[in-house]
Amino acid sequence: MFAKKRVAVVGAGLTLFRRNLKQTGRELAYEATRMALDSAGLTVKDIDCVTLGTAPDAFDGIHMKGENLLDGAGAWRKPYSRVFVGGGTGVFTANSGWWHVASGLFDTCLVVAEEKMSSCFPHPQYAFTTIFDPIMSRPLGMNLVWIFAIEMHRYMHVHGIKKEQIALVSVKNKGNAMDHPCAQLPAKITVEDVLNSEVMVWPVQRLDISPTSDGAAALVLASEDVAKKVTDDPVWIDGVGWCIDSTYWTNRDLYFPKYVECAARMAYKMAGIKNPPKEIDVAEPYDPFDYKELHHMEGLLLCKKGEAPKLTEEGVTQRDGDLPINPSGGLLGVGNPIAAAGLMKVCEIFWQLRGEAGKRQVPNDPRTGVAQAWGDLMQYGSVIVMRS
Amino acid sequence: MREAAIVGVGCTGFRSTMPEVSYKELMFEAATRAYEDAGVDPRRDIDSFICCSEDYWEGFSIFDEFVPDQLGAVLRHLFTVSADGLYGLATAYMLIRTGAFDVVAIEAHSKASDILTYADIVAFAMDPIFNRPLGGHPFYVAGLEMNRYLHETETTKEMCAHVVVKNKKNALNNPYAAYGANITVDDVLASETLFYPLKRLDISPLVDGCIVTILASDTVARKLTDTPVWIKGVGWNSDTPWLETRDWGRATHVELAARMAYKTARIRNPRKEICLAEIDDIFSYKELENLEALGFCGRGEAGKLTEEGITDRDGDLPVNPSGGLLGVGYSLETSGLQKLLEIVLQLRGEAGERQIPNVGTGLAQVWRGIPTASGAVAVLSTNYR
Repeated sequence: MFAKKRVAVVGAGLTLFRRNLKQTGRELAYEATRMALDSAGLTVKDIDCVTLGTAPDAFDGIHMKGENLLDGAGAWRKPYSRVFVGGGTGVFTANSGWWHVASGLFDTCLVVAEEKMSSCFPHPQYAFTTIFDPIMSRPLGMNLVWIFAIEMHRYMHVHGIKKEQIALVSVKNKGNAMDHPCAQLPAKITVEDVLNSEVMVWPVQRLDISPTSDGAAALVLASEDVAKKVTDDPVWIDGVGWCIDSTYWTNRDLYFPKYVECAARMAYKMAGIKNPPKEIDVAEPYDPFDYKELHHMEGLLLCKKGEAPKLTEEGVTQRDGDLPINPSGGLLGVGNPIAAAGLMKVCEIFWQLRGEAGKRQVPNDPRTGVAQAWGDLMQYGSVIVMRS
Repeated sequence: MREAAIVGVGCTGFRSTMPEVSYKELMFEAATRAYEDAGVDPRRDIDSFICCSEDYWEGFSIFDEFVPDQLGAVLRHLFTVSADGLYGLATAYMLIRTGAFDVVAIEAHSKASDILTYADIVAFAMDPIFNRPLGGHPFYVAGLEMNRYLHETETTKEMCAHVVVKNKKNALNNPYAAYGANITVDDVLASETLFYPLKRLDISPLVDGCIVTILASDTVARKLTDTPVWIKGVGWNSDTPWLETRDWGRATHVELAARMAYKTARIRNPRKEICLAEIDDIFSYKELENLEALGFCGRGEAGKLTEEGITDRDGDLPVNPSGGLLGVGYSLETSGLQKLLEIVLQLRGEAGERQIPNVGTGLAQVWRGIPTASGAVAVLSTNYR
């Protein structure tokens, strides 16, 4: 499973993550797209094709939302399509950009991820009631926090993990986000603050959860030839991976995300990575809930099963630690406009590997980074490996 | 660069309603047939699965969740492209050309009979601020477009009706088709006017059904089958989503998508180099408009070609020998794969009663429907070079 052509990231753009009622989805997409093009020193005329990611149409109440967003994403009269894998969409959109260029059909590709959740009243959770099986689960009136509470409980039970250990992730990420100019909920908080916050569905408390948000992110990808012309320091996409588990989540053991492992193995194989903890310098695993960062570190094979909480306690995952995890501030700190949040992680790896992350810069000149997102009914993993 | 070929197809057939099966059972049936046809084991041989669906057609958010089990794709590589199945084919083609994938499966289905308020769902695709508040059945857009096309090209309603007569007649020989019929131009013109100048019979009726297609890289394709159907070129494109600013009298996105596909396929004169075409005919006038956009004839000539019988199954350029969407039925995001299926069967020589003799190169084209200006084109051939 090796690709013949190398694909580079040559530009990135990111809007503020906020509740943003005044901008339409198209305008958000436009803003991020414009920033990405400017940072690459290109115009929309230099772009051969566009791929877009955005999560459920139900947020905006627009059927075929991809079609609606297309001119905002710079796709007018260009080959354009939308990929959709639930919460995994953000990172997966970058993966889709990779194959557009790696196929040799296109020299440049614009990757755009947009999400506007604030138009869903009274709360985006209502859109999530329609992600469940209409016969088996929907009549229960479930929401996402329920099922993630079940997963968190199972993870804590199997490894004997304490809430205090998990809360450390929220403290770290919200702290990291203090240095992110786009962040929605940066904060200096303590473990006690997390443990004293309102209980949503036990064991999930308010500060365990990332905020809903509006925002957009964009990347410009280029083939090797074009990349060398437009930039001195391209960041290469060396591995992409994705995997889906069974729809029937009630039949699975939720303590470990096998699908993330499967996606990671696909990406690592493509990138030639044999020992992930040693070879990866910085990682952005998906952290819509604090326990998910730990869960996904294990899925990404960055540590052994059940070991992630210990690494976090020892400070290994701090920005200046041995294995910096979510130096951006992650979804917990920067915010969670679903597809845009996933691509924000890929943007962060791009900036970290270019040494352009400013105050968030991870020390010791990181060379290899991985970003990951998670989606569908606790069943989807998408992974990207990048090198400077 | 690596080539790719279609090595397996599976289809459930199409009917106006299939109340006895769920979408999962439809998918299972089509997938099983495709895997059998290609001789592949989904648990071992398929490097990625691509499903083509839109949430609102399905009545789910994140429909991607509900697809892996019935395809044999649990804990394997699968994703959704929110578009027609022909976009899925283009995506699979790209994956194979990267060199990292050998076998890719593409799935699309329609369970349109579960949609109780089709017009309301389509209305949700209209711009929420400028167009949706105008109300009405969104197919008025097609009426306006047809009017403009007829005006600009001096095509007549009779010529459009001719398309309906031809396609429904072709469908009589297609066991997969739901709406085959022997009718006359007068029958079409006498049918109820729904969205002036569109008559009831100018509009393709919705159907249920599923298709799975298997694509493989050249080396693997040769091992799997003696009759690979090679993908010579794919193209897809989108004009503006704004109704107010697009071309109403011509299909610009089809022209651009065709240009892309022809470039890879090295086709300079489509009329001479392509033996048969399956093109979008959700509405009768669309077949004519698209024939012109694809470069098979000049502007305003498609109606005459159709009246002269050139696009009949035994004509010089057979168009929609399967019966098209007017004869087979409109299967939402499956439409492109239905067109592709017909080209594959014709090129393999497996089209039974409707087989066209000596065909080597075919074209499939699809439009994403009202209110979009997006679509895809694929050129296929029995020849590797």
